[in-house]
Amino acid sequence: MFLTRYFSEIAEAVGSLLKGMRMTGYYFTHHKEIITQQYPDNRATLVLPERFRGEVVMTHTDNNEHRCTGCTACELACPNGTIKVVTKFEVNAEGKKKKAVDKFVYHLELCTMCNLCIEACPTDAIRMAQTFEHSVYDRSQLTRILNKPDSKLQEGVE
Amino acid sequence: MVEEIGTTDKGELIINVGPQHPATHGVLHLVITLDGETVRKVEPHLGYIHRSIEKMSESLSYRQFIYATSRMDYLSAHINNHACAMAVEKGLQLEVPERAQVIRVLMGELTRIASHVLWWGAMAMDIGAFTPFFHAFREREMINDIMEESCGARLTMNYMVPGGVMYDIHPNFHRRVKEFIAQFKRKLPEYDELVTGNTIFRARTRGVGVLSKEDAISYGCSGPTGRASGVDCDIRKVQPYGIYDRLDFQQIIGTEGDTYSRYLVRMQEMRQSLHIIEQLIDNIPEGDFQAKTKAVLKVPKGEYYSRVETARGDFGVYLVSEGGLTPYRIKYRSPGFSNLSALDHTVRGQKIGDLVAIMGSFDLVIPDIDR
Repeated sequence: MFLTRYFSEIAEAVGSLLKGMRMTGYYFTHHKEIITQQYPDNRATLVLPERFRGEVVMTHTDNNEHRCTGCTACELACPNGTIKVVTKFEVNAEGKKKKAVDKFVYHLELCTMCNLCIEACPTDAIRMAQTFEHSVYDRSQLTRILNKPDSKLQEGVE
Repeated sequence: MVEEIGTTDKGELIINVGPQHPATHGVLHLVITLDGETVRKVEPHLGYIHRSIEKMSESLSYRQFIYATSRMDYLSAHINNHACAMAVEKGLQLEVPERAQVIRVLMGELTRIASHVLWWGAMAMDIGAFTPFFHAFREREMINDIMEESCGARLTMNYMVPGGVMYDIHPNFHRRVKEFIAQFKRKLPEYDELVTGNTIFRARTRGVGVLSKEDAISYGCSGPTGRASGVDCDIRKVQPYGIYDRLDFQQIIGTEGDTYSRYLVRMQEMRQSLHIIEQLIDNIPEGDFQAKTKAVLKVPKGEYYSRVETARGDFGVYLVSEGGLTPYRIKYRSPGFSNLSALDHTVRGQKIGDLVAIMGSFDLVIPDIDR
């Protein structure tokens, strides 16, 4: 009784081993099922979805114009204090003082890519970019000023 | 009381497992008292990944605090966010559009499958089978791609906002999910063939780490861990939220309460989740994906509680509002913590080699335990 059980268990174990080996054999001979991507080598062909959140960037037109009015809605929406908008007062053509963005400071090292700043922005000035390779040697390089030097507010954006 | 690492007077050995141990899947530190090979006591030590999410939430607005819950149980981030969004909606008495409800459930069930699939691979790896891990990641990758396309992130989506979801689903969503359903249906029998039917796996798990129904209830075990012991604790059935009361699915309840039973419950749950997705994917109603909300949310004074069924069990959000811009207090009831507390009871008297199998079957996610 004991012996029959002993041997039947061994037979069962060998059977289930063969089952597993059959699957190994299947994948060994069916190369189309391989899904591994050779990541650093396939950078040229790598396509990320357009919604992928990599970092916050400010869109600029060809005339070096952005849409940021310096309303600090994004700064208030950010849960981590990632964004700091430094504003200045500009005198426009009619001689009126108007608030404008001086420096849009973005701390990538604090950002959790929660997308709340983009949702909060009333003028669609910022968006998420698909870049994801953010490693640098010095942390200070991750603090970025998003508005380009000498850029202006786009005409008609309030 | 923390005992010294070493040998006791009775000749028992006290050793550390973790915090850096490949089988604990995170920084879980267990101090184990051993008598020969038999485990006498397991003492979990927490605090290695404490980020004080509850305290942090008190200084964040009602839109902002949700993102942090993705970092608790990162494998069911969607479902955690759902609970938080529901708590705020309860306070604001906000009606969530039908389309948003369906998207939420769809995403939640996809997350559940992704979580269980990862668990399946990790559990098999804990027991010594390495290949299932790669099979699991193949299917999980498909779900991650769906998430990436629709939500913008692979794990920490922050897709649920008070009033609905952040964006509408991607135009490719429908096709991708259909592809996933077909693929997953084809591959699930392979999972069973590789692991469920394997003699070695059965010998390692059957009758190991039995948790009785009474103990499961008294330790507050929920999710597949509780259900394997026979407790009907599926929040989707017991206290339906969202549109779960209108869906056709079964609550999987095991009887044995051992490691194998916990394994089977999760395997069956994947099929049930797939069944829910199949019901919904062709019936996503048209309409808004987000209710109109004010720019600044102010939850009226009061206490609000919402609970959901994550991949690990009963997740609760207790929100106290004083009527201000930020919550007065937030308390999370995380399933991992209660499930871990039953570990000591379950492992006592078992062999040290089975500890890893039992821990794997509990499906512990450490940031969820220690938040």
